[in-house]
Amino acid sequence: MRVLELRSISKVYGKGAAQVQALRDISLSVEPGSMVAVMGPSGSGKSTLLTIAGTLEEPTAGAVLVGGADTARMSGGAKARLRRRTIGYVFQDFNLLPGLTAAENVSLPLELDGMSARRAHLAGLAALEDLGLGEQARRFPDQLSGGERQRVAIARAVVGERSLLLADEPSGALDSASGEAVMRLIHTYCKRGTAAVVVTHDAQLASWADRVVFLRDGRLVDQTVPPAGPESLLEQPS
Amino acid sequence: MSVRHALLALLSEGPKYGLQLREEFEARTGEVWPLNVGQVYTTLGRLERDGLVEALGDGDSAEGGPQKAYRITGAGSAELTQWLHVPTELSSPPRDELVMKVLVAVRVPGADVHEVIQAHRRYLVQLMQEWTRLKEDEADVDLAFALVVDAELFRLDSLIRWLDAAEGRLRRARADGWPPKLRTAPASMAVLQRRRRIGAS
Repeated sequence: MRVLELRSISKVYGKGAAQVQALRDISLSVEPGSMVAVMGPSGSGKSTLLTIAGTLEEPTAGAVLVGGADTARMSGGAKARLRRRTIGYVFQDFNLLPGLTAAENVSLPLELDGMSARRAHLAGLAALEDLGLGEQARRFPDQLSGGERQRVAIARAVVGERSLLLADEPSGALDSASGEAVMRLIHTYCKRGTAAVVVTHDAQLASWADRVVFLRDGRLVDQTVPPAGPESLLEQPS
Repeated sequence: MSVRHALLALLSEGPKYGLQLREEFEARTGEVWPLNVGQVYTTLGRLERDGLVEALGDGDSAEGGPQKAYRITGAGSAELTQWLHVPTELSSPPRDELVMKVLVAVRVPGADVHEVIQAHRRYLVQLMQEWTRLKEDEADVDLAFALVVDAELFRLDSLIRWLDAAEGRLRRARADGWPPKLRTAPASMAVLQRRRRIGAS
């Protein structure tokens, strides 16, 4: 089953002369275990696409299906549960709460979802250890490097077996080694079955995805075809 | 790529046979550039002719056998050091076919330069996906191979960035009324001379 399906999504902001068409007739499906990168210049609609996929915004037209369920038919409470349990978000500026430790940041979504503080804390610690951040669990965000903060944010986004990871320029503020570590991590989660949509203008990050779609002026104008396999690069005549 | 200097570098570690040089060359470059043994012997012949390496007699070689072993000479070591420290010649812009195609697509009637740009962008991203896949499993990636893959990813990435910049520039130019109805003033002689000096150097 598709984890995410966007059917003919359009989004219009404003009215009359001030009207802006941010997205036009976008259809996109993401299967479990696959990573899709969305590339496009500033203002092409990448972030709008992600907020609509994450049910943080409603499309003007079209349908958003998560795990096969049409989100337009869900109550506010059901949508909030979907956002807590099924969808994980990663932002360029990490969005960690500065007054909470790394472990508390990671366990927060589980606690909000009704898990006991103790169980949530243990699950948060396990998620951090999984990322090699066990020693940083008791540190506050301002005691972590940029790369570590983003890895904590990814732990928070995937904790609790969520099936859809949405990332907006997840390594935009990081150096190239930390950026690669972040993409490697998202890729690892995808191999375990998570579906991911990563919005970026950076081709090096996008190249970690199984499929890259290109957005221009709110339209999906092109996409990569499945690669022939890496061996083809090494079989060129000398 | 300079096979000549790569062989000198391998010989700077000690005398080696031709076949051994081929194997070590491929291993040190992450197995990305295959080298045939004929190319190794041709290059060794030229290096010997230029006095940069010398063949060892059977008595001097590390192992016996019909193959010849070679060692680097003093002149060879000096040549290697010189090559490492002198920056690679990059001062004149290459006549890059991709740049040419975009320049041509801007002018050819009926050609859509944005389609040309996107076709190349997609192709380059696909190539980058294939290179990234090669370094996916860290356990399979040794240092030499990682360096080669990074170099290729950065090279392809720079082309995509140029395409992005070119597309932005074309859009802004269109918004500003390009192409102009009247001929624009030609570049001044001083500007022309400066451009041509860069192109010809």
